[in-house]
Amino acid sequence: MATSVYMEALSPTMEEGRVVKWHKRDGDPVKAGETLAEVETDKAVMDLVARADGVLRQVAAAEGQTVPVGSVVAVIAAPGEAVGAAPAPAPPPRPAPTPEARERGAVPVGSPVASPTAAADATRVKASPLARRMAREAGVDLKLVTGSGPGGRVVRKDLESARAMPLPVAPPSEPAPAPRPPVVVTQAGAGYADVPLTQIRKTIAKRLATSLGPVPHFFLTTEVDMERAGEARDALNQSLGERGRVSFNDIILKATALALVQHRACNAWFQDDHIRYWDDVHLGMAVAVEDGLITPVIRNADRKSLAELGKAAKELADKARSRRLQPNEYTGSTFSVSNLGMFDIDEFTAVINPPEAGIIAVGSIGQKATVVGGLVTPRRRMRITMSCDHRVIDGATGAAFLRTLKQMLENPLAMLL
Amino acid sequence: MATLTYRDALNQALREEMQRDPNVFLMGEEVGVYQGAYKVSRGLLEEFGPMRVVDTPIAELGFAGVGVGAAMAGLRPVIEFMTWNFAVLALDQIVNSAAKLLYESGGQVPIPIVFRGPNGAALQLAAQHSQAWDAWLSHIPGLKVVAPATPADAKGLLKAAIRDNNPVLVLEGEMLYNVKGEVPDGEHVVPIGQADLKRPGRDVTLVCHSKTVAVALKAAEQLAGREGVSAEVLDLRSLRPLDEAAIVASVAHTNRAVVVEEGWPHAGIGAQVVDVIQREAFDHLDAPVLRVTQADVPMPYNKQLERLAKPSPDRVVAAVRRVLYLD
Repeated sequence: MATSVYMEALSPTMEEGRVVKWHKRDGDPVKAGETLAEVETDKAVMDLVARADGVLRQVAAAEGQTVPVGSVVAVIAAPGEAVGAAPAPAPPPRPAPTPEARERGAVPVGSPVASPTAAADATRVKASPLARRMAREAGVDLKLVTGSGPGGRVVRKDLESARAMPLPVAPPSEPAPAPRPPVVVTQAGAGYADVPLTQIRKTIAKRLATSLGPVPHFFLTTEVDMERAGEARDALNQSLGERGRVSFNDIILKATALALVQHRACNAWFQDDHIRYWDDVHLGMAVAVEDGLITPVIRNADRKSLAELGKAAKELADKARSRRLQPNEYTGSTFSVSNLGMFDIDEFTAVINPPEAGIIAVGSIGQKATVVGGLVTPRRRMRITMSCDHRVIDGATGAAFLRTLKQMLENPLAMLL
Repeated sequence: MATLTYRDALNQALREEMQRDPNVFLMGEEVGVYQGAYKVSRGLLEEFGPMRVVDTPIAELGFAGVGVGAAMAGLRPVIEFMTWNFAVLALDQIVNSAAKLLYESGGQVPIPIVFRGPNGAALQLAAQHSQAWDAWLSHIPGLKVVAPATPADAKGLLKAAIRDNNPVLVLEGEMLYNVKGEVPDGEHVVPIGQADLKRPGRDVTLVCHSKTVAVALKAAEQLAGREGVSAEVLDLRSLRPLDEAAIVASVAHTNRAVVVEEGWPHAGIGAQVVDVIQREAFDHLDAPVLRVTQADVPMPYNKQLERLAKPSPDRVVAAVRRVLYLD
């Protein structure tokens, strides 16, 4: 019995995927767990792995082609098994047989090769209510179960066999592929170029429009004296020597995480009918990548030492730039930090990353004439602007958090308390 | 326990209830001298006399109204319709009087009346005389509706109907009157509102009532033999009130259901049963619930077309195969 290879949802928000490269060709033998193809999701390039042993047949998606999640891109057949014509992307639903036709046994049967999957809402896993309940109780991800019912519906039988068999585990990622230049469609002499949206750009467009529109933002700005933070950084780096380096950004991340512990009201998600206040701080960190941005997450940022935090931030940023972040590395943040200091931006406002309730936008650090003890003195100064979701954070709440953050940055020793 | 026909089980129930309570009387076309169009009232005129076994003119609205008036005055009438097809003429009395008076009198005027007669198709009685009124009659608050499938249930439910202080409609069947079965002697009352498991099973629930119980049992037999499928047959017995708990319990056990009924599909009894299942047993369902009904056409007179229009064991088997994903 042939097994359909579906475009799988390789990220929680993925709705379609672009086949970057097939690792196996039509007719190649494959083993369960082997990489069949690389797929560009809305976030990263991921591996699509075989879910069965056999021979790859009927490859229906060419390299570079974008197909909806849930559509059949190939079939894994037994060696020598006869398979029919290549699966159509969205076959029409089976006509309901008349009672008379049923009685005469003239019920049309579905294609024996591939369960047809409607393209209308391909991210939805079709499963019977019973199968959903069984999957929930057994902790099985329905997306990974092949449905044997009409239209690929997952039914009880499929859950029973899925539970009996361990689910395939994705193999470790391979080295990053070279970044792929976007395809530019230029009309000769038109004076413009149409560039198709990449997956990540589409996601950015969708996600950010769900933020500034529906989320009632307000903004709080404060200026922070970074002189002592700078001294602390220099002292720490001196003692670290060859073993590493602490950046201003690391200090800002650390101070933010610690301030959030004291201001749990800002470490929250807005959830339609309730607000979820998080115990742990999972800090999102906006990273610019070649053709967009992504927010990898530093888990339990409040409990990491400065060195650990710096290391985690660097690793995540590198992975983000090479598009190798795994879904669990860019989901679940409780608050975010966006830093454009390196671009010499004095101050800016950042767009909240829903469902989080806040984000801070960090500007550049620059020398400013400052009055200290009645004397005008040059000091390193930095501006922070916090964007707050007013449904969760009120003005005074945000201001109190920002004051704590400012105090920590201006007196880094306070972070030891 | 004696083996009786459905007809004689009803006769026994009538006789026992008329002996038990002098307020009970029978009225309808040909119930007396002719002893009933289907001989359900055999011997009753002789035993109880013309004051309690009353022949009426062919005027359904009139004698149904007399019955409602008698019930208002404290008697317990049993009104026989030669068939429920003719009772359409009496619906004003059934729906607007019998079903409403308790409510409209603020609880002061109960209407302890039974309307009974054969319902649904027999053989080649054509479009006007082959109709199943189950869904129509069950639609009305203020009425109770029962539809026994076996002689024992016919006796037990008719006795319960006569003792009930509300209007109760008893749907019998011309094709059921000759069905034989064991019937408990004497006091055998089947509570209204209780379904009955006619055959336990594992893989699918066949919800049915009245004549379709036999259809479902036959389908279950075929499924067990040919397909190795274990079907559970749940006889609703009462259509209003409906035994929702029994339906849910059975579907929770089998995860699949096919509802079989004699009536037309649109807004049928099966639609109501499916509503109960999707609402109360949603997380137990492994497949959509399917229905087997009469074809959505006036009943054909042609014998072969009539056979094809009615629910049959073959159609039930086909539906079961689909909910089990065997097709």
